[in-house]
Amino acid sequence: MGDTLSYFRQDMLPHIWCPGCGHGTATGALVRAIDRLHLDKNKVCIVSGIGCSSRAVGYLDFDTLHTAHGRALAFATGIKLARPELKVIVMTGDGDCTAIGGNHFIHAARRNIGITTIVMNNNIYGMTSGQYSPMTPKGFFGTTAPYGNVERNFDLCELAKSAGATYVARATSYHVPLLIDLIEKALLNPGFSVVEALVQCPTYMGRKNKIGGPVEMLNWIKEGTVNVKAAAALPPEKLKDKILIGELYNKQEGEYTADYDALIARVQRKYDKFQGGLYGCASNSD
Amino acid sequence: MSKTTAKLMQGNEACTIGALAAGLEFYGGYPITPSTEIAEICAEELPKVGGKFIQMEDEIGSIAACIGASLAGKKAMTATSGPGFSLMQECIGYAALTEVPIVIINVQRMGPSTGMPTSLGQGDLMQARWGTHGDHPVIALAPGNVKECFELTLRAFDLAETYRVPVIVLSDEVIGHMREKVVLPDPSEIHPLRRAAPATRAGYKPYAADPDGGVPLMAPFGEGYRWHVTGLFHDESGKPTNKGEIADTLLRRLARKVDKNADILADCFSESLDDCDVAVISFGSSAMSALSAVRRARAEGVKAGMLRLRTVWPFPEAIVDKVASRVKRVIVPEMNLGQLALEVERVVGCRAPVTRIGKVNGELFHPDEIYASIMENK
Ligand SMILES: Cc1ncc(C[n+]2csc(CCOP(=O)(O)OP(=O)(O)O)c2C)c(N)n1
Ligand code: SF4
Repeated sequence: MGDTLSYFRQDMLPHIWCPGCGHGTATGALVRAIDRLHLDKNKVCIVSGIGCSSRAVGYLDFDTLHTAHGRALAFATGIKLARPELKVIVMTGDGDCTAIGGNHFIHAARRNIGITTIVMNNNIYGMTSGQYSPMTPKGFFGTTAPYGNVERNFDLCELAKSAGATYVARATSYHVPLLIDLIEKALLNPGFSVVEALVQCPTYMGRKNKIGGPVEMLNWIKEGTVNVKAAAALPPEKLKDKILIGELYNKQEGEYTADYDALIARVQRKYDKFQGGLYGCASNSD
Repeated sequence: MSKTTAKLMQGNEACTIGALAAGLEFYGGYPITPSTEIAEICAEELPKVGGKFIQMEDEIGSIAACIGASLAGKKAMTATSGPGFSLMQECIGYAALTEVPIVIINVQRMGPSTGMPTSLGQGDLMQARWGTHGDHPVIALAPGNVKECFELTLRAFDLAETYRVPVIVLSDEVIGHMREKVVLPDPSEIHPLRRAAPATRAGYKPYAADPDGGVPLMAPFGEGYRWHVTGLFHDESGKPTNKGEIADTLLRRLARKVDKNADILADCFSESLDDCDVAVISFGSSAMSALSAVRRARAEGVKAGMLRLRTVWPFPEAIVDKVASRVKRVIVPEMNLGQLALEVERVVGCRAPVTRIGKVNGELFHPDEIYASIMENK
């Protein structure tokens, strides 16, 4: 393995995260997966939205884009379509991705555009100090759910899959080797990939729900998850309320920007004799 | 030998041809009347020249995709109308603060809200300037006929690249859908600006520029510059900051980029202004009716003159000031309840009375309405 630190912009440090926050673990996993694949740093572009999680990109030594809340995938779509040869990665939080950015998420999945999305899911809005998110389980507490959350949460991986993502996986900040493996595989998928990384927010999720500090939260994450391979052999009662981790879906289908390039080739063949240049708009028919 | 092309075309079509002439490579948009023709033509034409068209899931996504494409080194544009323009506001501020060139065509319709989707309005004038939160630089151009749709869209791209600001082409339903014969210049005579990349990659400081309105060079993503773009206030290297003095310097530099160049940016059409007693100041389709009214009044011996703003933001203060210094009266017809009038009144001050003629029924002014105002206490 190469020098992990060389992927970080040391001049952007120190980072803003609280001690024991899981976002650093997920960021480290991404960097290690990139390193394993020997991706060309100059051809990787990492995009994020707004949130504690989204601050990760500023620390990484690539072309990086810290956008507006919820919009990372839309910006990333523009970059990927403009320059399909780039490896485009999105780092997003659960609120960023599934609340304000939910529409962009399902449409990026539907298009199967070649973007690798790492959702750093801490089940809460960290940056704005602990309000419930669409990933906060029912009954859990947040500053805007003082009596317990009445709403149900998404199953992000099911959502990604049904919206059309072609690679879907989940791991956690407890299961780091697995997380690295899955991100590596996701990066290899030409289409839209989603890796949900369950991570701890000790400051708000942990405190508001009396789960405890980083260590207790990691244990809580560990207890709450089962590897999808192990799950196959377990009786249903052992799987109740458990979250599956591992590779959950992997299916090859046409990637959007490649299909668009094929369209360009087809159109250009047809308009081989297209002399029009500027003013030859075919649509100029009254 | 130069070869011009004469064609009958619609304003929206002329905007699109202007964009293609400027070297448009990326269009991201969401359909909305009365701008949709622009998307349709882009969908058809861009693949022919190797460009990309995408119909995004909404207008927020559209402008976001355009900013992404521009960062990837492409000339990018979106087109929309009222409700979509409202949705784009947050990202207009993002483009302004991060200094990413993009062009937004807003074919105005009657608002607010869904309003009268197929009717004329000019109620987005102030929104084009102040729609996004916070102080920010912006340039907005308002075509007054089909030919100008071509010319001003072409210019919009050059201005976006020159100043690294979002540039809005503030068209309207009548201008966008009207058909006129347009003589287009020989393509060989069009020289759109290409973005120059910074010379050195090592130590590239993406936001290092003269604090007095300097414009830093912009590197495309994917070429080894490895820079950081953020909508947080940032220092010269792009690093987020909470330091008041850095934020202050940055925001003042951004504002100066446009203010300092107000004279270069100012662009108006004028007729019979030199000796006029009554000046009519307007923009877009309202100015078409106004011009007929002015001509009719002139023919009848009334000293009326016309000033039509082609650049609406920054507001061409110096030009309006000159007019104000010699007229007895100013009339401002516009398809809203008095937005341009606010700016005109600010500049004219107490030198001359300003008559507002605001119209919000979705129907283009009849020249008679403006003529009647000219003839009142003339
Ligand atoms: C349009 C808009 N609405 C609201 C906010 C405030 N805001 C900033 S971050 C955030 C939530 C972030 O939560 P999440 O994506 O889960 O990331 P985390 O901080 O937990 O890592 C919110 C609501 C904003 N910046 N922009
Ligand atoms: S508030 Fe939570 S998510 Fe944000 S940095 Fe602190 S621990 Fe991490």
